[in-house]
Amino acid sequence: MLYDVTIDGKNYRLDLNRGDGRWSCRLDGRELEVDAILARPDVLSLRIGNMAYEVKSERVAGDWHLWVGSTCFAAEVRDPRSLRGRSRAGDVHGPKKITAPMPGKVVRLLVREGDEVKPGAGVAVVEAMKMQNEIKSPKKGTVQKILVSESATVNAGDVLAIVE
Amino acid sequence: MFQRMLKKILIANRGEIAVRVLRACQEMGIAAVVVYSDVDRAALHVRKADEAYPIGVPSAAESYLNIRKILDVAERSGADAIHPGYGFLSENAKFAQACADAGVKFIGPTAAAMDAMGSKTRARQAMEKAGVPFVPGTSRGVDSFEEAERVAARIGYPVMLKAAAGGGGKGMRLVHKPQQLKSALEEARSEAERSFGDSEVYIEKAIVNPRHIEMQVLADEHGNTVYLGERECSLQRRHQKVLEEAPSPIIDPEMRSRMGAVAVRVAQAAHYTNAGTVEFLVDPQKNFYFLEMNTRLQVEHPVTELIAGLDLVHLQIRIAAGEKLPFAQEDVRIRGHAIECRIYAEDPDNNYFPSPGRITLLLEPSGPGIRCDSGMYEGWNVPIDYDPLLAKLIGYGTDREQAIARLTRAIDEYFVGGIKTNISLFRRILRDADFRSAKLDTGFLDRMLQRPEDKRVDPKAAEVAAIAAGMFTALGSTAAAAGERKGDSGSAVDAAPSKWKDASRHEALR
Repeated sequence: MLYDVTIDGKNYRLDLNRGDGRWSCRLDGRELEVDAILARPDVLSLRIGNMAYEVKSERVAGDWHLWVGSTCFAAEVRDPRSLRGRSRAGDVHGPKKITAPMPGKVVRLLVREGDEVKPGAGVAVVEAMKMQNEIKSPKKGTVQKILVSESATVNAGDVLAIVE
Repeated sequence: MFQRMLKKILIANRGEIAVRVLRACQEMGIAAVVVYSDVDRAALHVRKADEAYPIGVPSAAESYLNIRKILDVAERSGADAIHPGYGFLSENAKFAQACADAGVKFIGPTAAAMDAMGSKTRARQAMEKAGVPFVPGTSRGVDSFEEAERVAARIGYPVMLKAAAGGGGKGMRLVHKPQQLKSALEEARSEAERSFGDSEVYIEKAIVNPRHIEMQVLADEHGNTVYLGERECSLQRRHQKVLEEAPSPIIDPEMRSRMGAVAVRVAQAAHYTNAGTVEFLVDPQKNFYFLEMNTRLQVEHPVTELIAGLDLVHLQIRIAAGEKLPFAQEDVRIRGHAIECRIYAEDPDNNYFPSPGRITLLLEPSGPGIRCDSGMYEGWNVPIDYDPLLAKLIGYGTDREQAIARLTRAIDEYFVGGIKTNISLFRRILRDADFRSAKLDTGFLDRMLQRPEDKRVDPKAAEVAAIAAGMFTALGSTAAAAGERKGDSGSAVDAAPSKWKDASRHEALR
C-alpha cells in the first residue's frame, strides 16, 4: 500500500506491505525493516531495525499530531490511488477551518474575507479567563469566509473562519 | 487527654488535593465526604469518595467558596471534621470560625491564628515582637506618599510595595527609583483594592534575586511545635510556584536548625496549631528574613513528606483528633532529595494560556522514586472554571542528582493528549545547566524563558513519524479513522475503547 505522507510540511513516499506475517517498508525508495503493533488505538509500538519507538497519536481541532518521544509532528496521510477525493480537515491543499480552541468571546477580527494570509498570521483574537489568545492561520491562503462577528461568544471547536 | 473520634471528614475542595486528602481518610478508616459543582460531576474526587454532595453552579463563589453550602453538607452528612485543602476556604478565618460555631472540627489552625498571620502587616508586627528577623521596611501600611518616600529613602532602593491583604503577586510593585514611587504606590493601592477589597500597602526592602525558602512546621493542640525541614521554591513565574524541592541545596544542617528554630518561634507567637509553613527570603549572603506564614497545608507538601518520611495529612487529621505529636524534634530525620513539578493545563507556546478540554490519552509515569498526585484521568474533560493544576509529579532520590535523573525520566514518560500542558517546560528546566548545579533564585525562570529554546528536530525523528503515520493508517487505527469520520470536529479518540482503557488506568491511580 502506497501512502503520501506529510510530516511538518515535508512529503514522504511510503510503501508499506504486510505478507507472511511480516512487514516490508520503503521510505522514499529506501528499504527498512519495520514492525509495529497498536498497544492501544492511539499508541504505536514501532520497531525500525532494532530501534524501538513509542509513538502517540493525538487529534486536536482537526489536526493530526504524532509524538515521537517528546517531539510533536503534524501528520497527514493520503492514499495516492484513492479516487474518492476525501476532503480532509488536515489537508494542506484544501480549505482549512480555523476553530476556537476554547470557549470565549471574539474580541477582535484581524482579517476580512478575501484577505491573503501567511502561515501563522493572526485571524482573530478570542478572550477567555481574562486572557487574550490570538488564533492563527496554519497555512498560507485566502480568507474564504468569516463565520463569527466581533463580540460573539464561541464554544471550543466552533469555526471562526475558513482559509483556502 | 481529650480526643475526639473522627469517623467522617468532609473535604471542602476539588482536584488533586481532594483526591490526596480522601486517600488519607480511607487509609485511616475514616469516611470521606466530598462536594462537587455541576462541572465537576465526573471529577476524580467524586469517583473515589465514599459520599458525594452536589453544590450547584460552577462559580467558586457559589460552590467551593460558599460557606453556608459547605456547612450544610457537613450537617447533612454528619461529618465530624472538615479538611479545607489549599486555596478556596483554607485560609478563611470566617470559615474556620463558622466551623467551630457549628461544632465541626476544622482541620487546620484556629481563626485567631489565621487572623494573626493573615494580614501581612500584622504578621510583621508580631514578628517584630517575637524578635524574628524580617525584611526591613514598614510593619504598617503607609498612610501617605510622603511617608512612603521617607521609608524608601531610609531602607534604600530598590523597594517592594506590597498589599497587606494580598498574595499571588497582586498589589505588588517593584520600585527602582524615587521618581517611580508615586505612580507605583497608586497602582499598587488600586490593584489591592480591586483584588482584596483592601487598599493597605506596605513597603519592604527589595532583595535582589533572593531565594524563596520555606519551612514546614507542625504543631499539636498540646503546645508541641516542630519543624520538618525546608523547601526551596525559587522557581516561579509571575510569583506562582512552578517547581519546588526539598531540602534546599544551599541549607546545611546548622542553618536548618537556626531557621527551624525561628519558624517554630513564629508559629508559637501566633499560637499556631496543625500544619503551616513559614516563608523566608534568603539573600546571596545566606541571611534569611521572615516573609509571611501560610496557615494551611501547601501544594508542595509531598516533597517534605518524602524527605522526612512522614504523611502530613495523616498527621493533620490526628492533630485535629486531639492527639499529641507522635515524635519530638530530635526524631525528625531528613533523608534524600525530592523535587516536584506542577503540571498545569496551560500552553507554554502561547503565554501559558489555560488549555481546557478533553484528555484523549493519558500515559502516567511510575517506577522507582516517582510519586504522581493527580486529579485527572483519561477521558476527563478539564473544566475552565477553576485553577488549571492537573497533577504534581514528584521525583525522589538518595541525592539531588538521582532525584533529577528519576524526575527527568518520568517527565519523558508523561504524556497528556488532547489538551496542552506545561510538561515541556519541565523538560527544559530539568536539563538546564544552572538548574542542575542548583544556581537558583526567583529570577531563574524569567531568565531561562528569555533564552531562545533549542527547537532543532532530529531528522530521523521525522522519518519515524512518517513510518508511524503509515502504520497507524494501515493498522486501521481508530485515531486516524475516527478523526476522518469526525472531520474537523475536534479531538477524537473513540470513546468506546477508552472505557476499558480507563480500567487499566486505575492502576496508575493507586
